[in-house]
Amino acid sequence: MIKQLAKSIREYKLPSLLAPLFITLEVVMEVLLPNLMSDLIDNGVNKGDMDYILRTGLVLAGVAFAALAFGALSGRFAAQASAGFAKNLRHDLFYKLQEYSFSNIDKFSASSLVTRLTTDVTNVQNAYQMIIRVAFRAPFMMIFAMIMSFTMNAQLSWVFVAFIPFIALGLGIVTRFAHPIFSRVFKTYDKLNNVVQENLHGIRVVKSFVREEHEVEKFNKISDLIYKDFSKAEKIVAFNMPVMQISVYACILIISWFASHQIVGGTMTTGELISMMTYVFQILMSLMFISMTMVMITMSRASGERIAEVLTEEVDLKNNEEPLTEIQDGSIQFDNVSFSYAKNMEKLCLKDISLKINSGETVGIIGGTGSSKSSLVQLIPRLYDVTQGTVTVGGVDVRNYDIEALRDSVAMVLQKNVLFSGTIKENLRWGKADATDEEIVKVCRQAQAEDFIERMPDKYDTYIEQGGTNVSGGQRQRLCIARALLKKPKILILDDSTSAVDTKTDRLIRKAFLEEIPDTTKIIIAQRVSSVEDADKIIVMDKGMINAVGTHEELLKTNKIYQEVYYSQQKGSDENG
Amino acid sequence: MADKKMPDMKRKPRLKDPGKVIKRLLGYLKEYQFRFILVMICIVISAAASALSSMFIQIVIDNYVTPLMKAKNPDFSGLLIMILIMGVIFLIGALAGLAYNRIMVTISQGIQKKIRDELFAHMQTLPIKYFDTHSHGDIMSRYTNDIDTLRQMMSMSLPQMFSSVITILTVFVAMISTNVYLTLFVLIFVAIMLSITKKIAGGSAVNFVAQQKELGDVNGYIEEMINGQKVVKVFCHEEISKEEFDKKNEALCKSATAANTYANILMPIMNNLGNLQYVLIAIVGGALSIFGLSPITAGVIGSFLSLSKNFSRPFSEISQQLNAVIMALAGAERIFELMDEESEQDEGYVTLVNAKYEKGDKIVESEERTEMWTWKHPHGDGTVTYTKLCGDIVMREVDFGYNEEKTVLHDISLYAQPGQKVAFVGATGAGKTTITNLINRFYDIADGKIRYDGININKIKKTDLRRSLGIVLQDVHLFTGTVMENIRYGKLDATDQECIAAAKLANAHDFISMLPNGYDTVITGDGGQLSQGQCQLISIARAAVADPPVMILDEATSSIDTRTEALVQKGMDGLMYGRTVFVIAHRLSTVQNSDVIMVLELGRIIERGTHDQLIAQKGKYYQLYTGAFELS
Repeated sequence: MIKQLAKSIREYKLPSLLAPLFITLEVVMEVLLPNLMSDLIDNGVNKGDMDYILRTGLVLAGVAFAALAFGALSGRFAAQASAGFAKNLRHDLFYKLQEYSFSNIDKFSASSLVTRLTTDVTNVQNAYQMIIRVAFRAPFMMIFAMIMSFTMNAQLSWVFVAFIPFIALGLGIVTRFAHPIFSRVFKTYDKLNNVVQENLHGIRVVKSFVREEHEVEKFNKISDLIYKDFSKAEKIVAFNMPVMQISVYACILIISWFASHQIVGGTMTTGELISMMTYVFQILMSLMFISMTMVMITMSRASGERIAEVLTEEVDLKNNEEPLTEIQDGSIQFDNVSFSYAKNMEKLCLKDISLKINSGETVGIIGGTGSSKSSLVQLIPRLYDVTQGTVTVGGVDVRNYDIEALRDSVAMVLQKNVLFSGTIKENLRWGKADATDEEIVKVCRQAQAEDFIERMPDKYDTYIEQGGTNVSGGQRQRLCIARALLKKPKILILDDSTSAVDTKTDRLIRKAFLEEIPDTTKIIIAQRVSSVEDADKIIVMDKGMINAVGTHEELLKTNKIYQEVYYSQQKGSDENG
Repeated sequence: MADKKMPDMKRKPRLKDPGKVIKRLLGYLKEYQFRFILVMICIVISAAASALSSMFIQIVIDNYVTPLMKAKNPDFSGLLIMILIMGVIFLIGALAGLAYNRIMVTISQGIQKKIRDELFAHMQTLPIKYFDTHSHGDIMSRYTNDIDTLRQMMSMSLPQMFSSVITILTVFVAMISTNVYLTLFVLIFVAIMLSITKKIAGGSAVNFVAQQKELGDVNGYIEEMINGQKVVKVFCHEEISKEEFDKKNEALCKSATAANTYANILMPIMNNLGNLQYVLIAIVGGALSIFGLSPITAGVIGSFLSLSKNFSRPFSEISQQLNAVIMALAGAERIFELMDEESEQDEGYVTLVNAKYEKGDKIVESEERTEMWTWKHPHGDGTVTYTKLCGDIVMREVDFGYNEEKTVLHDISLYAQPGQKVAFVGATGAGKTTITNLINRFYDIADGKIRYDGININKIKKTDLRRSLGIVLQDVHLFTGTVMENIRYGKLDATDQECIAAAKLANAHDFISMLPNGYDTVITGDGGQLSQGQCQLISIARAAVADPPVMILDEATSSIDTRTEALVQKGMDGLMYGRTVFVIAHRLSTVQNSDVIMVLELGRIIERGTHDQLIAQKGKYYQLYTGAFELS
């Protein structure tokens, strides 16, 4: 995991090394200070030697300034290194994500990916900063302070050495007990956030079923769990302080006792005693910091692992060695295709599909919920790879094409489609980045979106909110179709993309397809028979298999499923003429 | 639809009225009054002990070591007693520290829980309009970021700051009783130090705000792109979104570096200014004593040196915590803002009660559950009338607008008798959903009247009104939990059998049985692993189990294929029997058998009648109808 994450440090290696270096220098300065101070007292103040005070004072001031400079520099480099590291991590994650295939995305779920790119990265960033600063500072501080105190007075130094294991044990026990509770609390937090999120999205459901109290109860239960666990963990952590304090106090008392004897005996000076105390403080505080960093690192370890998971995930769709970039035409062929999302031959979504679609044909696909209509068409732009068999476009196996070239030629309007925050024009230009205004107006007319766009206050410059919440479902679908048309694709796939559009508009869209893009192969998945009945070919899907292929008339005569669908939608119209 | 103009709510610490926020936070302390006083006492003890510990060495040197050095036969017993006494004091101090930390955990966690629970409970009372006009991410961040910063402030910053203040006071007293001149000098130096800190903290705050904003920007972009990742792939938009991302990421890196630099250099600066002060005191003190301006001994200077260090350290600690406090107060303000949002008003006093017939046709309220529901209508003169719940809905000349400037429904009148099926047909944006939003009072009408079983719906308690209405929406929302739990959401005390029966009615039973764990399959998020159609079927079952007299189906079957829909429809027809049903549909086939069909255009009913009548009328409906089936 660490190796994987470390790859993202890159150009920030230098600041990452400079930060601990300057920290070390700062520590050296800081450790020198108490020594100088005791000197100042013993030889300057106590003897009333103004000259000596000034001279030593100057040296002290110099050391203090040096410590300041080193400290500031290390702070600066640490900030640079950690912010930069986080930037690179985010960059690597985001870039990796762009390579992800659909099945990679399905595996993680969008919300978990978002957490990994946001909260987790921030956690790792904080931990990294902590590591390059404190994790270096504390041990160095301890070692240097030890050296200084031992050279000053070895006998007394043993006193606090004796306390180190006591503190380490105390802090260790605290961490050992508190950590599992903390990690449990964070999981509970996720649950809590989930409840809030679901309530925000489903507030209409909550209110219509008058379930406000039920939700509050659900929330309070989780909230209570957090309260209890968190209190328990923090109460354990509260023991850190007395462990530290008692050790420090005890050291002070014991040392002052022995030191008094030594001073009276003439083997030690009062100044030395004061600086000895400073060392006690420095050493024991370092220990405290070390334990804090340990906690921090273990807490962010989970975040690091989650990030590494995304980075090491194997992208299962890759370009061929020498990919073809030219797509001949819009003909499609399925040869004995079987497909499973889980790549498991036992759990097939599509079973042994063979199918031929000629270039320029209009093909309708009809079938019940769960009959794998979407799974079928998703294989064409290679959003997923077949588990068995081959899918060819323009006479070539889709796996031999350059993915980008293939998808540029195969435009697909997804069932769960989204618009992005930005103007209508910006959204449409996803289809073609350098599209002229005329081109945009043209595709909008074809998608029957022109009218409502013209009615909007800012027309094509109208701002679409994130997720397209400020346009209606039908309008959103038409914008998505226009966006796909702008690609001038050889194959156009509409996956139930006109479900929220009224039948008349739906018909006008299909009419525009027929007239304006006759050479494009059009595949239309629909629930309304009216959306597909004028197609050259209609495929009836049932339970992952092709039940029948034919024209409207043929199927109406021979196919039971088709008849059922048709008559269910025609109900009443026959009697009424 | 509602006006979705999101107010610009960038996360930045902008405190409007810190005094008010602090006062309100203190209000939460009331419950912990006694414990809080205890905490204060413990902090005073602990801080005093730690202040004493820093002065201890000097006391030992001045009062014991120096005299002992001059003594011929040094007697250490006085020192021993003193050390033992100090040991006891220190022990008490450490225990007081432990005590206040632990009590403070209870207080801060308790307050946090209380605020969290109040926030959520209040959120549940807010009108739909609030949710329609505020970004969910922004509301969400109050539960996550804002409450968390508040907790950190309460459990860490506040005790530490208080303890720092105590230390400052203790040391100050010690200093002034040692030497007034030097104290004055220390005060001046600390003033200079603070002004420097203020500058750095100011720069730090500016950059932290910037970082927060950029972070929000980057995270927002990440969220949007990941949620639309499949579209990105289909359009090969990867490179462009990478570019955009890099730009935002770079900006964040810059402000994060600046913000953290400020935060990181604060400590070394404060520390070493403290060291500088040490040197200066030695010089000034030395000068004072050597030139005899003030009766100063070497011992006094020595004690002063350590005192001054202990005096300036808490200042730097406070300055470090200040940023956290400001952030937390800003967060608290945002939390309170939400808590102060006006709740959904409900002046309704007509309630829904169980009832039974007594002595022929007299309706009497019943304690136990009966099959019969009635409206209990208390009148001004103290009498109570009972009206049987039938599901008779009348709208008269209703006007409505989501905001005052724009009326979206004009002059809507309709009569739906019990058991009737009323359909709304029309283009998107014609106002179909809006009408149903008025019936269950998600929004209140501007003009006109709506009556339910002859009672003005404004008089009916909202919760009872909604309980009498079943609703299935186009955007399905399921909750994390098992399939069974989701169905039971419609009626919390429904038995498993009732839920399964409802699922069968909605034709969901078959596919549910096929799921890996059947009815115990856990659905996460918004139904992730189920298809939209399957989620829709579960939501229909959920409404079915509630068994209300009036149903509103808002494009409820739009994501179900027509074949399944036909099956669902059959179940629904059974479900609809004897109920008043409002159906919104874009598929005319689903509404043909309605008792009355309303054709809406731009917020007005332009045609109404049965299917046959409307066809005969050859108006808009006829056009829509023939448009759909022209090719057959």
